[in-house]
Amino acid sequence: MQVEHVLELNDIVVQFGQRTVLDHIDVAIEAGEFVGLIGPNGAGKTTLLRVILGLLSPNHGEVRVDGKSVRKRNRAIGYVPQKIHLDPDTPLRGRDLVGLGLDGHRFGVPLPSRKRRARIDEVLEAVDALRFADAPVGRLSGGEQQRLLIAQALLTDPKILLLDEPLSNLDIRSAHEVVRLVGRLGKERGIAVILVAHDMNPLLGHMDKVLYLAEGHAAMGEVDAVIQSEVLSRLYGYEVEVLRVRGRVLVVGGRDEEADVVDLLGGFHCGDHEDVMNS
Amino acid sequence: MTTVLHYVFAPGLLQSEEVLHAFLVGILVAVISGVVGVFVVLRGQSFVGHVLTDIGAAGASGSFLVGVNAWYGFISFGILAGAGVEWLGDRARNRDVATGIILSFAMGLGSLFLYFDTRFTSNASAPMMVLFGSMFVLNPGVIPIVTFTGLAALVVLLLIYRPLLVCSVNPEIAKTRGIPVRLVGILFMILLAIAIEDGSLVVGSLLSTALIIGPPATAIRLTSRIGLASVLSAGIGVVATGLGILLAYDSYLWPPVHRGWPVSFFIAVLVLVFYLLSRLWPERRYAQGAGSARREEVA
Repeated sequence: MQVEHVLELNDIVVQFGQRTVLDHIDVAIEAGEFVGLIGPNGAGKTTLLRVILGLLSPNHGEVRVDGKSVRKRNRAIGYVPQKIHLDPDTPLRGRDLVGLGLDGHRFGVPLPSRKRRARIDEVLEAVDALRFADAPVGRLSGGEQQRLLIAQALLTDPKILLLDEPLSNLDIRSAHEVVRLVGRLGKERGIAVILVAHDMNPLLGHMDKVLYLAEGHAAMGEVDAVIQSEVLSRLYGYEVEVLRVRGRVLVVGGRDEEADVVDLLGGFHCGDHEDVMNS
Repeated sequence: MTTVLHYVFAPGLLQSEEVLHAFLVGILVAVISGVVGVFVVLRGQSFVGHVLTDIGAAGASGSFLVGVNAWYGFISFGILAGAGVEWLGDRARNRDVATGIILSFAMGLGSLFLYFDTRFTSNASAPMMVLFGSMFVLNPGVIPIVTFTGLAALVVLLLIYRPLLVCSVNPEIAKTRGIPVRLVGILFMILLAIAIEDGSLVVGSLLSTALIIGPPATAIRLTSRIGLASVLSAGIGVVATGLGILLAYDSYLWPPVHRGWPVSFFIAVLVLVFYLLSRLWPERRYAQGAGSARREEVA
């Protein structure tokens, strides 16, 4: 008996001119699974994201959502962008933003109703955002905006929640809160979560699987199985080393070239991790 | 009491066809501008608003040369410019540069047309009408088309209200929801052009942005609800325009007698007064939103 996959990518190839950005990618994600899509800048994370969202059709390969082959946008995917840029004075309350998830694609003006309000309140409560739901979105912190965006995506009734680098603008504490929140929501509601990040450390202990992307190649599986020097070296196409320091993971490259260690994860060194994030 | 009323509502006010036309078109323009303006603020496009007035002015200046009503010049140039800015900007990925290029070209064209208008045609008043409007001397022939385009713009805006809101908040979300972001963007530009060019006809190209920017700026100081802000903004525009027309009509009795003060002046002053009054409104507090506190903690 084959396991039902909520998302399947079969042999995806994307080329921009001569450059192969995604090179034969296979992915299979089950309902309710929390997957971290990890990789350094330029690894093809954004491209893969656009393929999954149906915003970019691959040169080769197939995307299946919920068993059905998808050519264009997927209604079953709730998308959470990295950040929204709104002026502090923008006349838009948190609950207005969240309400767009319910009926933002429809014509006409939203008419208030008890049912509409109840559905909005339900997701606001689920992401613990009720207390700032009536404040203008532009005045909220990055973490609070992130919660509203997640609530907005939940209202589209998705099978998959796709979060694009949600942690990159957050301080450590907010980042952990967001990771815990989407982990819990995914399990409670049976929604698969794909969280894109360049640093996997905030996700350790929360994600079920890691989808590691480097140089257009991907490996997916349990964290301990994938985050291995041999596996990642194969993806990168050159020698990299996985270091584990006090429960944190650091991927470094260039062991053979000179002595200097190149941090492949874009500036997050394990020792001064918190300093970097807070500065 | 009647003398006071007579003073405010001067005799003959509502018997004059010109005044009735002014009220009809002025109030319609105020409503559209008010609602469109809230989205202009939301989308950060007030610069484009200024551009559309300048380009519309070039078109209106040209219309005197070919002998058609200024409205046709305003609207054709405005819509072309709006669509052009949206189209170019999307390609160039740099809206301000694209806008600036179109703008300087239009200004040059406008100065040439106004020069010809005053030198070679009998329209010595063309610059005044283009820059400061012709609220009380509207050609009855254009009233139906101005009214129709205005109402159509309002209906379309209400129809695309929600998708436009999603696009304004985050185009990426809109794309994943299947909303045609570019089409919505171009549609909004056309609506903005109609609001601004209809406004240019009545209050002049120099002041039509006053109705686009002023009432929304006032409304968003009073509420953070987008729907209520749109209604308030339209209402403030209507009151400013209506009172402005009334005062302009009354001003025929003011010194210098029987010359009248320009209606655009009154509307601009009222828009400013409403905005200043809204500044007296207490700043909204959001104690329940822990946002500011948490941000301080992090910093």
